Amino acid sequence: MELKIKYFGLLAEVTGCEEESIFFSGNSISELLETLYTSYSGLKDKDFQVAQNMELVSPEDKITNTNIVLLPPFAGG
Amino acid sequence: MSDREIKNVFVQGAISAEFIARSIVKHQSKNQIGAHNIFLGQVRADVVDEKTVKAIEYTAYQEMANRKFHEIREAAFEKFDLTCMHIYHSLGLVKAGEICLFVFVSSPRRKTIFEALEFVVEEIKAKVPVFGKEIFEDSTHQWKVNT
Repeated sequence: MELKIKYFGLLAEVTGCEEESIFFSGNSISELLETLYTSYSGLKDKDFQVAQNMELVSPEDKITNTNIVLLPPFAGG
Repeated sequence: MSDREIKNVFVQGAISAEFIARSIVKHQSKNQIGAHNIFLGQVRADVVDEKTVKAIEYTAYQEMANRKFHEIREAAFEKFDLTCMHIYHSLGLVKAGEICLFVFVSSPRRKTIFEALEFVVEEIKAKVPVFGKEIFEDSTHQWKVNT
């Protein structure tokens, strides 16, 4: 399936883009992360969370939406 | 379930003292209120490796952030006896010394608002996907992390 991945803040600097579409054949968030690490090794040592359907998800969670968002540490306020 | 809609909390640039003053004035006709409490987040000129922060450029995953602000708001109304509550957060560039977050809670009684304001601000810091690029005087930058 085709996924749209968004990167914010520091993560967009690491990937060099704020958004991209990728073709992905796995099931879980962790499998997706492995794929992304192959493209962007710089992501591996970064602290970030993953959101799907506007909620944070865990690596073991299944992908249920074609929009996945990588969020660096929050800095509101 | 509440019938309150998800509002847009974000404003472009710094939140002015005039804007805050107008918000206070607007509440003077709400006669059931006995106490207000206000939190103002201000951009701090932190010094890191002898370089001083001159501004923070805020970005956000706005759709999720507005939803999280809404959930925090709903939780606060559930938990505390509040008459009303307003939250505004900056996007874009906010210079050191300027205001980037304005939280305004009102209640008939004072004790409620002290607890409510702390709850709301801490929830915002922990749960809302807002990102801050701290820009130094020499135009280099680092990414802010809430502690």
